Amino acid sequence: MVETLLEAKGIEVAYGPARRATRVLHSVDFRIGRGEMVGVVGESGSGKTTLGRALLRLTPLSAGSIRFDGKEIAHLGLKQMRPLRRRMQMIFQDPMASLNPRHTIRAILTAPLFLHGVAADARAAEARVRETLGLVGVPATALERYPHELSGGQRQRVGIARAALLKPDFVVADEIVSGLDASTQAQALRLLKDLSREMGLAMAFISHDLSVIRAVCDRVYVMRLGEVVEEGLCEAVFAAPQSPYTRLLIDAIPLPVVDPSWLDADLTKELT
Amino acid sequence: MVEVALTRAARPPAERRRLVAEPRVAMAGGFLLAVALIAVFAPWIAPKNPLEQDLMSASLPPAGFADAAPGFWLGTDDLGRDVLSRLVFGARIALTVSLISATLAGFVGSALGLAAGFYKGIVDKVVSRLVEIWMAFPPVLLSVLLVAVMGSGVVSVIAAIAVIDWTRFCRVVRTETQAQAARDFAMAAQAIGFSRAHILWREILPNVAPVIVALLSLEMGVAVVVEAILSFVGLSVSSDTPTWGGMIAEGRQVLHESWWVLVFPLAALFATVLAFNLLGAGLKRVLDPVMRR
Amino acid sequence: MTALVSVESLSAVATRDRTPILRDVSLTLERGEVRGLVGESGAGKSTLGKALLGILPATIRVTGGWLRFEGRDLLSLPAKELRRLRGQEITLIPQDPQTALNPARTISAQLGDVLRMKLGLSGSAQHARALELLEEVQIRDPARVLASYPHQLSGGMRQRVLIASAFAPGPKLVVADEPTTALDVTVQREILRLIRRMQERHGTAAIFITHDLGVVAKICDSVTLLYAGKVVEAGPAVDLFANPREPYTRALLAAGPRYDQPGHGMEPVPDAVLEPLRADYLASLLHG
Repeated sequence: MVETLLEAKGIEVAYGPARRATRVLHSVDFRIGRGEMVGVVGESGSGKTTLGRALLRLTPLSAGSIRFDGKEIAHLGLKQMRPLRRRMQMIFQDPMASLNPRHTIRAILTAPLFLHGVAADARAAEARVRETLGLVGVPATALERYPHELSGGQRQRVGIARAALLKPDFVVADEIVSGLDASTQAQALRLLKDLSREMGLAMAFISHDLSVIRAVCDRVYVMRLGEVVEEGLCEAVFAAPQSPYTRLLIDAIPLPVVDPSWLDADLTKELT
Repeated sequence: MVEVALTRAARPPAERRRLVAEPRVAMAGGFLLAVALIAVFAPWIAPKNPLEQDLMSASLPPAGFADAAPGFWLGTDDLGRDVLSRLVFGARIALTVSLISATLAGFVGSALGLAAGFYKGIVDKVVSRLVEIWMAFPPVLLSVLLVAVMGSGVVSVIAAIAVIDWTRFCRVVRTETQAQAARDFAMAAQAIGFSRAHILWREILPNVAPVIVALLSLEMGVAVVVEAILSFVGLSVSSDTPTWGGMIAEGRQVLHESWWVLVFPLAALFATVLAFNLLGAGLKRVLDPVMRR
Repeated sequence: MTALVSVESLSAVATRDRTPILRDVSLTLERGEVRGLVGESGAGKSTLGKALLGILPATIRVTGGWLRFEGRDLLSLPAKELRRLRGQEITLIPQDPQTALNPARTISAQLGDVLRMKLGLSGSAQHARALELLEEVQIRDPARVLASYPHQLSGGMRQRVLIASAFAPGPKLVVADEPTTALDVTVQREILRLIRRMQERHGTAAIFITHDLGVVAKICDSVTLLYAGKVVEAGPAVDLFANPREPYTRALLAAGPRYDQPGHGMEPVPDAVLEPLRADYLASLLHG
């Protein structure tokens, strides 16, 4: 049994005025161990992105507890959270939107190092940044550039580098390979898996694509409309899904195998 | 360009080239620079003393027309004062007032807009309410009131314009700030652990700056017109100092005999405001695509 | 019997800098056939789709080859003829249901446009036909949907409306440009099923543009795989997926993750496979 790094219980997230609030997450439990890669899968409206943000305390919780490395963090204030932020990071889906267009790559990557006092001076910071860029396969010439001057794949890697820079214990990757070419996606997944192994990183991998999750994750949480409908080891869940929704999701994936009956299979979803 | 100096954000190097390459920025900016230089060096550029009356040379037409006198390039008004010299000195008032009042309005409006858009909650409620109430006042009346209370003079005019127009900045900047704050890079900064103040200053402001810069330019155009209106009705600086609005007022009365007394300040006013507007539009075009891409 | 669509050695470049976009592309499409047009982004599949619809932007210029529809060369048809063909004989199912519909007009108005302009229907006849069409795409409450605005409908619903719109004029060819990319995977399956049903029922041929090989395997009879504007492999779907001939095809199939094969999906296309393809592209680039 892997040692638990983060454990969340009864997470509730709701928006809006008290009486008519929209519930986005309802009584969600989540657990991840050191070095584990756990997938969170769901369709639109499932709340998976909100869960990722809630775990990192980027979205306020209406209720629930989050224990990170044994410490309760659900109610910590901004100041108290800051030292913890170094240990929990996020990689966003759209690197064009998540990298400040007005900062150079160097500025974007060195700022976190200075904030957390990880680098003693500019020289140390530069060295650390170059090292991390090397790890993700981005040339050092990118440091002078602005985000819009890099290719999409390079931006993606810079996003990953930014998260890895502080050597965190836990990373949430929110739909980071959606919309990538098969080749680029494969490269990104490889990179993540390698990084995770090398750095002992625990990763919550949010995706709508079950196949991707199957490829990289040990365990998976299946979410629907703000709730967890199934959870378990990938092997088990794929071999024998307990929830009919999980079954539906798995069957809906078109494998690259010609099969005329796939289209004709009886679909249980009701139309509105 | 003076607007460029006001932004604190580091601008991508390629942008400088692109700024000048954009035709609107280059032309309008060049024109305004020329006007600014004329205003600064007015005492040396103006051929005659703008206040000197010479009834012997009254109502002379501009050079090239019959009865024109040498030395009075744009003619004289009915008191014999040189139109060109008055135009040149009028530029001083126009630019001084527009620069200072626009900057003031921009500073106050942007600061409040940034705060309201970023911190939301009670700050936003208070600022928004304030703006609503403020904008309910009829602007012309308010400015007249202010000048009446403070007495005529450059300071009153500047104050009058700034006091009214800050709301324009506030609303636009607030909306833009909200938009920028909702983008992922703001959340990314939060995830890294930066304080709210840092995020507002280092992440949000550089992205809102282009909008502020473009607005400043437009605002300067507006300020020039407002000053002209105020001086037209005699509420601006003392009647001795030449202003374009004042010249227009005087010229209106002698329009049929000496059209040049009205036409030249009107043209100067028109050209200057047009230049400010073009500059603002050009700046927005150049600075925005960098962000939006 | 001539094929419905016959593309022969079609080549196109970017007007401004002459970068090759399509290189010597050939394919055929018979009546009622569904052909998948696959490739990674930038492969040129969208461009080919646009060429078929006659809506190539001015930024792209055809430099050679033929594009025949029912024997007529679309590239040399006058604009008026193209306009008549488009939206009538050749229609489009667009990629993003969100942006393809005008947010300010009701479904009834937008569907009505098609019915009026292409079928000459108006008034109650138009309304009746619109209801029929929506029922055909399995919308339960067609009257309500007709009265709705796009933002009031789900992504899947919007796509159904667009499909109804595409099949309404009774076209001979439907170009589906990544129609399910923006949809949830369960909705995708329903929409794919719907497209196939409609296509079979009306005997319409289809060009299905996508980057997803899995989708191609499920809905297409034949496949054309593009890389950098050139056809790498083409043939019946059954053959391509069971016995891919080209190394690139095999590598691409291996690169995608499969839930039935864990550990799959982290192998990018090897450089060794890409080298000859890239070299070929460079050669085209240099020879102009």
